[in-house]
Amino acid sequence: MKTWTFFLAGLAVGALTFGAARLTGNDYVFFAGYVVLQSVVLATAWNILGGYTGYVNFGSSAFFAVGAYTTVFFYKTFPMPVPLLVLCGGVVSGIIGLGMGYLTLRLRGAFFAIATIALLVVLQTLIVNWTYVGGSRGAYIIRPQSVPLLGSYIQYLFLIMLTLAVVAVTCARLIERSQLGFGFAAIRDDEMAAEASGVPTLKLKLIATTISGAFMGMAGAPFPYYISYLQPSSAFVLDYSVNAIAMSMIGGTSTWLGPVIGALLLGTLQQVASVTASPAVNLLIVGLLLIFFVIVAPNGIVGLAQSLRARMRR
Amino acid sequence: MASFNERAATLPCLGTPACGMSYDLLINAIVAGLLLGGFYVAVTIGLSISFGILDIVNIAHPAFIILGAYVVYIVNSQFGLDPILVAVVMLPVFYALGAGVYQVYFLSFERRGQAALRGLAFFFGLLFVNEVALILVFGVDYRYVTAPYIGPSLRLGPIDFPLRMLIPFLTAMVMFAAIQLFLSRTFIGRAIKAVSQDQLALRLMGADPTRIKRIAFALSIATASIAGALLIIIQPIEPSIGREFIGRAFAICVLGGMGSLPGTIVAGLLLGVVESLTATFHGPSWSPAISFGFLLITLAVRPAGLMGR
Repeated sequence: MKTWTFFLAGLAVGALTFGAARLTGNDYVFFAGYVVLQSVVLATAWNILGGYTGYVNFGSSAFFAVGAYTTVFFYKTFPMPVPLLVLCGGVVSGIIGLGMGYLTLRLRGAFFAIATIALLVVLQTLIVNWTYVGGSRGAYIIRPQSVPLLGSYIQYLFLIMLTLAVVAVTCARLIERSQLGFGFAAIRDDEMAAEASGVPTLKLKLIATTISGAFMGMAGAPFPYYISYLQPSSAFVLDYSVNAIAMSMIGGTSTWLGPVIGALLLGTLQQVASVTASPAVNLLIVGLLLIFFVIVAPNGIVGLAQSLRARMRR
Repeated sequence: MASFNERAATLPCLGTPACGMSYDLLINAIVAGLLLGGFYVAVTIGLSISFGILDIVNIAHPAFIILGAYVVYIVNSQFGLDPILVAVVMLPVFYALGAGVYQVYFLSFERRGQAALRGLAFFFGLLFVNEVALILVFGVDYRYVTAPYIGPSLRLGPIDFPLRMLIPFLTAMVMFAAIQLFLSRTFIGRAIKAVSQDQLALRLMGADPTRIKRIAFALSIATASIAGALLIIIQPIEPSIGREFIGRAFAICVLGGMGSLPGTIVAGLLLGVVESLTATFHGPSWSPAISFGFLLITLAVRPAGLMGR
């Protein structure tokens, strides 16, 4: 399938989802669906760096929070419509991603992972001490009651996140099948060998950290409007990092489909668990599933399906 | 005292509220930092073994420390036993726990050669599960222990030694010395150091690398029991506090030089002093960024650390 066809098909699926959600006539569906779609974007973004190049990023929530705080900043200085804020969040987070890439270029896998945690805490401390965007007390975002055409504001945010999810997945698929994706895979399998055979590993790693960071920031940009009160401890929570990793690992990290499946499954499960049990229980489920999958099915659900198909063919 | 004041006058002005009394404040901040650094050494030494020597990226090490702190809390609040005594009694349990975790790690990742990415995710999952499980059982309230040395402090001239910090410092130094002696004097200790260098050669010496690694990893988790007791003596704890120590512990481990125990002690004390000075002169909300900033700079500029191998 051509990329454009895929993108249009994604948009069609998105439109169907939106129509179906409207048919329920219940705004809660949009509140829950927004979080699930946000997970799809975060997991897909994580997978561009973590799954394709093999560099584990524990700092997803940092990029997410940078996107969210970019929105808060512009909300105070120069208010803009949300789609533009998404772009701004993406640019700022992308720059942070590029910077992180530069800082950690020489590091092997594990060191890179630790550096991302360090980045998370440094950024959080900066935001906590920056009173203009609310500091540790947090910032209020007043969202409009309604938007033209759609009616409720949450449907508008849902639609933005839906579009973003389609764009992110299309982009991930495009990367996977392009020369860029082969370069990433070469880095993941053997960085030394890739370097020796002429793959520009440094440049590729920088591209990966930038794209991955940018999408995470885009996912975070509408977040202040979603919760309407943003404080550092709700944007920098480790939960986003764990979710992004767990969803990609459970779905399967080698293809674009894995994070999507993982995020849809786990995200929905979490929404159900939050309502029926408690938020702590749903995080426990995520942690246990992550451990279970890395031990038992290291290639995730997609990997399981592939090996099953291979066995049937034999 | 006159000489103190004269020297204080020659000191550069370090912080806005601190001028005038900066000498006393400075020396107290340094002492407090050294005591804190001693505790950081106890937190890091397990990681120096697992991450530094064995190359196992045990990102869940702080989670085990929190677990140790909660065990100490339970026994202390039920029976009133001394926190450090409880931790020493619990050493074999944590040793066994460590051996178990290594066995799972070895069978699932190391043997399959997938240690890097999936092993990291495994430990991240462990960290998270431990934290959430503790929240479910104990809630997010702060817990603390009672012991005779929490509260009083020793004064030597202008310098304050709170026993709450001094006892953990001394315990950490004893533990450090014991581990250093074990690693340099016994056969198994030397084998642990060798396992990171040449596994084949170790095999030829009649030692099974997997067994040696299991012993070393179990030892590293056992230190978490003691470190947990020291943590809850120093400050009240809640389940998610462990995250703050991920960066600190890795910063010290990397800054000191991977697998170098003397490097660990130098880096631990250094970080303690820098953090304490920052907290005294700029306010405590900046101190986490200091340690992590240290880590980022070390990783970017000199990944081999101060005393790297």
